[in-house]
Amino acid sequence: MFGRDEKVSQLRLTAVQYVLLGIFLVLAFGLWRLQVARSGYYSTLAEQNRIKQVPILAPRGKILDREGRIIVDNYPSFSVLLLRDQNRDLQADADKIATGLHIPPDELRARLKRMAAVPGYQPLFLKDDITPDELAFIESHKEELPELDTITVHRRLYPRNGFMAHIIGYVGQVSEDMLTQPQWELYNPGDIVGMSGVEQYYNDILMGKNGSRQVLVNSRGKEVGTLSDVAAVPGKQLKLTIDLDLQIAAEEALEGRPGAIVAMDPRNGEILAMVSRPAFDPNEFAVRITRDEWNQLVTDPGKPLLNKAIQAQLAPGSVFKVIMATAGLQEGIAQNLVITCGGGKTFYGRFFKCWIAGHGSHGTVGISKAIYQSCDSYFYTLAEKLGISRIAKYATMLGLGQKTGIDLPQEVSGVMPSEEWKIKNFKQKWYAGETISVGIGQGAVATTPIQLARAVGAVTSDGVLVRPHVAFPDQFPPGFKQVANYTDKTNIGLDQENWMTITDALAAVVSPIGTAPSARLPGIDFAGKTGSAQTISNQLKAKMGSSEKSKYKDNGWFVGVTPRRNPEIVVAVLLEEGEHGYFAARATAQVIKAYVEKQRTRQTQVAKAGGAAAGSKQAEVAAVWHEGDAKTPDKMQAGRFTVSADGKTKPVTAAPGVGGTDKPTSPADLETTESHVEMAHPETEPPAESRPTPPATSPELQAPPAAKKPGKPTITPATTVVPGRQP
Amino acid sequence: MSRYISFRDFDWVLLVLVLLICSLGVLEIYSATLSTKFMGVHLKQVYWILGGVGLMFVVSFFNYQALLERVPLLYLISIASLVAVEVFGKKYLGARRWVQLGSFHFQPSEWVKLVLILAMAKYFAETKSECTAQDIVKAGALVGVPMLMVLVQPDLGTALTYIPIAVMGLFLGGMKARHALVILVLGALLAPVGWHVLKPYQRDRLTSFMEPEADPQRHGYQVIQSQVAVGSGGIFGKGTAHGSQTQGQFLPVPHTDFIFAAFAEEHGFLGAMGLLLLYFIVLMRLVQNAQTAPDRAGAFVVMGVVAVLAFHVLVNVGMVVGFMPVTGIPLPLMSYGGSSVLFMFLALGIVMNIRMRRFVN
Repeated sequence: MFGRDEKVSQLRLTAVQYVLLGIFLVLAFGLWRLQVARSGYYSTLAEQNRIKQVPILAPRGKILDREGRIIVDNYPSFSVLLLRDQNRDLQADADKIATGLHIPPDELRARLKRMAAVPGYQPLFLKDDITPDELAFIESHKEELPELDTITVHRRLYPRNGFMAHIIGYVGQVSEDMLTQPQWELYNPGDIVGMSGVEQYYNDILMGKNGSRQVLVNSRGKEVGTLSDVAAVPGKQLKLTIDLDLQIAAEEALEGRPGAIVAMDPRNGEILAMVSRPAFDPNEFAVRITRDEWNQLVTDPGKPLLNKAIQAQLAPGSVFKVIMATAGLQEGIAQNLVITCGGGKTFYGRFFKCWIAGHGSHGTVGISKAIYQSCDSYFYTLAEKLGISRIAKYATMLGLGQKTGIDLPQEVSGVMPSEEWKIKNFKQKWYAGETISVGIGQGAVATTPIQLARAVGAVTSDGVLVRPHVAFPDQFPPGFKQVANYTDKTNIGLDQENWMTITDALAAVVSPIGTAPSARLPGIDFAGKTGSAQTISNQLKAKMGSSEKSKYKDNGWFVGVTPRRNPEIVVAVLLEEGEHGYFAARATAQVIKAYVEKQRTRQTQVAKAGGAAAGSKQAEVAAVWHEGDAKTPDKMQAGRFTVSADGKTKPVTAAPGVGGTDKPTSPADLETTESHVEMAHPETEPPAESRPTPPATSPELQAPPAAKKPGKPTITPATTVVPGRQP
Repeated sequence: MSRYISFRDFDWVLLVLVLLICSLGVLEIYSATLSTKFMGVHLKQVYWILGGVGLMFVVSFFNYQALLERVPLLYLISIASLVAVEVFGKKYLGARRWVQLGSFHFQPSEWVKLVLILAMAKYFAETKSECTAQDIVKAGALVGVPMLMVLVQPDLGTALTYIPIAVMGLFLGGMKARHALVILVLGALLAPVGWHVLKPYQRDRLTSFMEPEADPQRHGYQVIQSQVAVGSGGIFGKGTAHGSQTQGQFLPVPHTDFIFAAFAEEHGFLGAMGLLLLYFIVLMRLVQNAQTAPDRAGAFVVMGVVAVLAFHVLVNVGMVVGFMPVTGIPLPLMSYGGSSVLFMFLALGIVMNIRMRRFVN
């Protein structure tokens, strides 16, 4: 037997026991450390492992016109989310994700790095509006890349071709960079917020509140249960004061020329139409816009991003004479002021030209003739007599040189010069000679189209100044922004007699004796004031050659109303480089005509109520509809529908109650205006050689150029609705 | 020599403790495989345990000294089987560890452990209490040769379990402190060479053990998820079949290598400490059996089993709580797996065998 007597050392066996005890104490310590000391920490980690927070996006509110027609809608699309609470090495997966989703890998890595500071439960919006093959990539890599998730997003659907682009504005994503700025700090990355227009101004109304869903997942990202479900609160819809019919008429009237049109109801400040051109397509902003596209928009000399109706500060030119006349009459000077226009007048040793110079003279001029003939000599004299202080007082009372307070972002104030203004801004004394140029709306005076519409609207409304707005104030919760102010009215206290004088003279402007006879609208009490404003000084112009001169054409203005007293609508038109005020006058006439016709057809229809369904007549209505063409699905097209009224159905988007009318647009009216063309008395330019070209539009009001046949009008019954008149 | 042996001398206490651990294992295997493709394997584990217990009884009847006499033969067979693995073995998960016998996948490296325990016992039973340098080299070679063969499979985890057998043998064989020191220094010097020999995935495991956050997606993932499972269990645990880490399959292989983490998550600090205590009592009971062994060889065999069992528990639980790198060593008696279960009961059978003969002579 081997080594029986030699027992194993008991000492060493005991030592082994102690070693074992030591091992177990160490392991017990390990357990204690994890399960007792840091249990809370690991419990949190375990929860993060199994709970996935998925946002439910709230759709933004629709934007409607004053009759409830949809202007801005939503359409569903897929966005990719990167869940960052999945305990995954995102940098390691970045390449695979970048390839599958067609994102540059460097960009993805950079974004991941930027997001490092944001709490992990907030997912990162990787890509919007993904293609079907990208969606397939995500679905097929669910196990490998559990951090990828898709979410249905309600994407904005805007009218195309920049229709109403400036009023509506556009939305954009709150980027990771923006979060550090104070105005965005309440938002989460990926939130869609309004970046301009009513989308921005009424963002709090339009933007819903996102909900979220907490789901239980296993390690492969498979959902195994739902913990909680917080429903999304959709955004409220926003009803604008805009009338789609009039908006379309205004867009057409501008014919794509650079400039702006504002149509407002001077009785309450409701903006009925607002156009600015050139425009941009907000649909391009709805999905992440590329840097190049953005730079192009920003650097475009036509400034397509600018809403010229409220952001262009330009010399009002002769339109300012309406304010001058008001000041002169109210101060008791103009009534008795009669001058002789000799093609200009000399003040303070300098000769100031009247626009008529070279084509004769205005002869003896009183206040009325001075207005409808736009005599510069008269207003130079009146300005001299009034002095800058009194001019500035009335201009300021009528809202010039200050923001109108319209409910759109980034309105500018313009400039109404005064002695104080000059001292404050230039530390210089006001020279009396400067007053003379101000008298005809030149010099330092700078106004926006909306200011002029408001001022002329006030003068023709017996001095009642309203606050313009594009959204009905009664649809907001109490205390929302400054909406309460929109019912503000200021009465500047215009004498009846003066009011009559001014309004009658304004009506004469579009008569054969006025400066814009071609804009006359038979049967419509149309009044207004032309203006053409130099963009550079005469001295500078004299130094330039003819080719350069053509780059600095005058801006054409017209502000018109109907009827001449207590008007229902005031329309201001700015045609940049439009040269002559009467071009703007004709555009104004087009909008006024569209307005009046709509009012009349509506009255007719009320009169015929009951018997209307009998005929199979057709009516024209404006609407915005989904266009289902293959390349750009789901863009919205603004334009007109011809609605047949055979009683069967009515179009969903059409204005209520238009179905039975029997008065389609008559082309005759506009044709008559052309016969007046030769009568034109253009301002500042010789009339003979520059005979104005007739308006490019065919007499019949057409849909905008791109208003093609709507492929699948998804919001209107296809059987009854046919697209607007085709050229 | 009296051949009187009786089941009265059978270590029933040890058996009960072992079966208690086994049943906790079966429970956790059941819980961890719920709603996975492994669902139902706990029943298989029960069969393995029952088979193991049977085997244990059978083995306890044969005189362990007869086994010891056949050690040279057994040793040769072991080497041969390891060679067979290299030649005929099935490659699975990148390593060639398994031989298929009929429908069974047989992992010879497990059984080699047992043979090594016997070989060490036989070697040191024949030496005097003095342990010479020559003895150290010879014993080292006895263990080293099969260990290298397992390393090339490659199966680092199993290879490492051979080390405590050698260490225990040398320690009880009376190794001098200065010899131990020399070995330690040599080991430290050879460590960089060893690092060089390691496969990339093995190095990853070691580095991710040091810094799990550096690579949370792959190897660090297991380390982190295991700690999250254990830590989130808290004091009282989440309850059987309610561990989110285990049930949500965040915990890797919760029914085999990470079964302790699954158990700790679902049964908390109290449960896990209880389980650890059971292992500790089992080990103490085994040491006690060694103390009362009828001869030097018997004591060596029992202590060899102690060494292997303690090493497994240390490395496995250490891995689960983040003290040890991920090596793929199962927790004996708990982890699902036939080879492991059968090895343990075979080893226990020999221990019983020795215990039942403690009064002989």
